[in-house]
Amino acid sequence: MMDQMNPNLSIEYSDGVAVAVPTDTKILDEEQIQSLEKTFMPLIEQTNGIRLLIDFSNVQFLTSSVLGLLIRINRKVLQSEGRLGLCSIDRKILEIFKITRLDKVFEIYIDRESAFKGL
Amino acid sequence: MRSKVVYTQSLVLPSTTEAVGQVCRVLLDQVKERGFAEDDIFGIHLSLEEALTNAVRHGNQSDPAKTVTIEVLITPEKFDISIADQGFGFNPDSLPDPRLGENLYKTEGRGVLLIRAYMDVIEYNDRGNCVHLVKYKGKQSK
Repeated sequence: MMDQMNPNLSIEYSDGVAVAVPTDTKILDEEQIQSLEKTFMPLIEQTNGIRLLIDFSNVQFLTSSVLGLLIRINRKVLQSEGRLGLCSIDRKILEIFKITRLDKVFEIYIDRESAFKGL
Repeated sequence: MRSKVVYTQSLVLPSTTEAVGQVCRVLLDQVKERGFAEDDIFGIHLSLEEALTNAVRHGNQSDPAKTVTIEVLITPEKFDISIADQGFGFNPDSLPDPRLGENLYKTEGRGVLLIRAYMDVIEYNDRGNCVHLVKYKGKQSK
């Protein structure tokens, strides 16, 4: 099943996991971030105990504002007693997670396959 | 010939995200033309976005009547930029470390940490409303 809720984000469901794929290669401006947040938050609210995977395979650049969004998403997921995973993160973007030590906060997987096993 | 090698520009921008995006594109094109490596370009791009966003959002409080002034020098060896806003300034040494304790879960406060990681020089004027950044081509980030 695939649900095109937002031009900046596609949502697929696989093995009970909601897989969200940002479609933009660069996520940096406030409009993009607000648009993503408006899609993510209701999705999490609607599914108690959601298992959510954000697949970053299209994304080649993001700013610290996106890290803030991911923290808000993570809070919401934890409130709903769900789990959040991130996967397929570009090497340069992964470095941002390491510098900020957010690699210790988020469950990060190499690809979807390993995320499905872990989540 | 020198003018093709050295790019120097003074710009005054309105405090809008559109202006930030536009100036980033122009400057990154100049960086790419001077043969900087992909990792250098990524770090310069990230630092530019973070520093300009700080100037617009925190410095000028997104007031469209206030401006951001940029002085930039790009050569085949380095990217050198000063970004000044019209805000009250701040003390960069007083910023909490976003990697520690509860700060790790805050949604803001990582921009300066990232700039420090990717730039070779980051220095502020005494008032704290102007930041000077330098990235030398090919030098390993901290």
